[in-house]
Amino acid sequence: MTPRRRQEQAPGPSAARVWLAGLGPLLLVGAMTWWFLSSGVAWLRLGSVPIEKLAIERIIFRPQEVVLKVRNVGPGPLSVGQLLVNDAMWDFSITPGRELGRMKGATLSIAYDWLQGEPYVFTIVSGTGLRHTRHVEIATMTPVASPRSFLLFGALGAYVGLIPVFLGLLWLPFLRAMPRAWMDFWLSLTIGLLLFLGVDTLKESFEILGRVPQYWNGVMLVALGVVGAFFSLNGIGRALAGSASGSGALARPSGMGLALLIAIGIGLHNLGEGLAIGAAYTLGEVALGSFLIVGFTLHNTTEGLAILSPLVGGKANFRDLAILGLLGGGPTILGAWAGAFTYSDPLSLAFLGIGAGAIFQVVRVLARGRAEGGEPVIESLSRPRNAAGLLAGFIVMYATSLLVTG
Amino acid sequence: MPSRRILGVGLLGAAALAALLVGPARITAQRPQGEPPALTINPLARVARDHAIRTLTEFDYGKATDLRDGTSLREYWIEAKHVEVEVAPGVRFPAWTFNGAIPGPTIRCTEGDSIRIYFTNHGTMPHSMHFHGIHRAGMDGVFEQVAPGQTFIYEFRAEPFGLHVYHCHTMPVKMHIARGLFGVFLVDPKQPRPKAREMVMVMNGFDTDLNGEDNEFYTVNGYANVFFRDYPIPVKAGELQRVYLVNMTEFDPVNSMHTHAAFFHVYPTGTSLTPSLYTDTITMGQGERAILEFRYPYPGRYLFHAHQNEFAELGWLGQFDVKP
Repeated sequence: MTPRRRQEQAPGPSAARVWLAGLGPLLLVGAMTWWFLSSGVAWLRLGSVPIEKLAIERIIFRPQEVVLKVRNVGPGPLSVGQLLVNDAMWDFSITPGRELGRMKGATLSIAYDWLQGEPYVFTIVSGTGLRHTRHVEIATMTPVASPRSFLLFGALGAYVGLIPVFLGLLWLPFLRAMPRAWMDFWLSLTIGLLLFLGVDTLKESFEILGRVPQYWNGVMLVALGVVGAFFSLNGIGRALAGSASGSGALARPSGMGLALLIAIGIGLHNLGEGLAIGAAYTLGEVALGSFLIVGFTLHNTTEGLAILSPLVGGKANFRDLAILGLLGGGPTILGAWAGAFTYSDPLSLAFLGIGAGAIFQVVRVLARGRAEGGEPVIESLSRPRNAAGLLAGFIVMYATSLLVTG
Repeated sequence: MPSRRILGVGLLGAAALAALLVGPARITAQRPQGEPPALTINPLARVARDHAIRTLTEFDYGKATDLRDGTSLREYWIEAKHVEVEVAPGVRFPAWTFNGAIPGPTIRCTEGDSIRIYFTNHGTMPHSMHFHGIHRAGMDGVFEQVAPGQTFIYEFRAEPFGLHVYHCHTMPVKMHIARGLFGVFLVDPKQPRPKAREMVMVMNGFDTDLNGEDNEFYTVNGYANVFFRDYPIPVKAGELQRVYLVNMTEFDPVNSMHTHAAFFHVYPTGTSLTPSLYTDTITMGQGERAILEFRYPYPGRYLFHAHQNEFAELGWLGQFDVKP
């Protein structure tokens, strides 16, 4: 049987018919929805009581006061019954009221002599007696946007992101002094570093997924970020990496364009990382001790190294390096501010997804380039020295990451 | 029907035996005319509050008929009902109850009285009434499960005197008690105790999320903090106070009571007229109970609460308002 293609030269349908064909299904779906909501549910007798779900979205610590932002994320209305702090009933005020429609939020406020650095458990018992709990590992005064706190979190972002990336860039003269035969090694090392960062970004999103209410569909929000960044950077990468648009000829992955691409990818990763750090501090999940900050500094210095490999063979002036450093490390500061003052879990998930997608896109561009030996980079990775370089990049990242877990 | 008189304990025993042989009696017991109606189902906080306060001082002596030997026949009408109650402000609980609220009515009588309970199950599953006391096997409320819609008549003599309980004994018993099927069975000695201001306090826990593992709230008489927030109990300084304290808590092995600024004499299970302990804190296991007697010499407000302060801060907290 051979497939037959029918050649029909039908006259073009009228505009009205096209509109009808396009809107008809929508109208039918709308009608069905209306019918289902108005009478269909009762007709189907799905009458069991839906399970109440209340999300404690944010806990704000102020002097002698704790404020809880809650939202009804269940399928039906619910009422807020009692508030327990560390399993003890506590008087609270609530605005706008106890009765919450679907997706409606409320703010609870309690007078409480909480102590800096101590753990707390907040439980809301809703009308049908179900418990909705959120743990705070380390109670910390919630930062309010002030010049001082702005400076504080800006400095934090600079310490963990901006400064390390610049320090890493200082390796350029060293890399240039190395024999030319090692060029592919540095390229492989960079790929190893980037692969680690990509997976690391996803891992950070997994940590947030644990506390995001189901209705945000957090996993797919991350996926949206990954897919969106990967394919939208495709075009940008093609433009920046320059010659790739040529017909099939492999380009040497080098030059300022490619370095910019790597810096953007790393910058997006650092934006997510800054968000996570600022938020973790605000949410009382991490104590930002000096050890942790030093750990981030060492860890992120390798990011500067990753930006350099396309520049080893070519020329780069201080202005170029400054741009690369700002693009790669600067977003950490923005992230830290956003995380500390206006934290939103879903937004963080999207940004972490974007960071991961951007980095994987950079890896793709690097891997499609031409290695020093003339073969594609992806092929060159099978050479022992290049494989060692990739592994070394991954291992360096892993080893320094041990300093920041905890 | 209620006009019928049964004379003598022998007949009562025969009726009990008959009930045992026949199994759950298939009759529908009716409350006699003129009795106050059973508590109606009402989820409002007011109902829970009023019930807790009423349980403190309300005793059900039943419909009494004097018998020739000087004792009384006392008839009680109890219904198992599944209702929604409020157990803490804003928190409802799918309760299984005797007569529509938790705890069930305090059944009070004198030692030697003939007791007849018309128990009708209006629930959706079998229930029973198991009385603590001394009685024949067929009156024990364990093997004679009462199916929904059926009535069973429990008949026994009230003995020994003391502070007892009754509760459902349908498996899983833990769940049937935790859902609220319990009440106080108070048997006075023939020689009455000294005159006193008397109060019934039934301690329990509510597993509102129904996870079958622990309690979300702890109450006295079914409503969290009711004697702290809604109704500090007014008492007179110097007057003898007598608390009938019963522990019907499930999941937690013990419950306790501590009185501030007053020491009490303890009559464990109320089966002796001689106190065995003088203290201000008593800890009791599940199903345990004791009569406490004390006086407040000085006017003012005094807390009483579980000395497991975890329970106190989950609803088991009250205060006495001692008036001069």
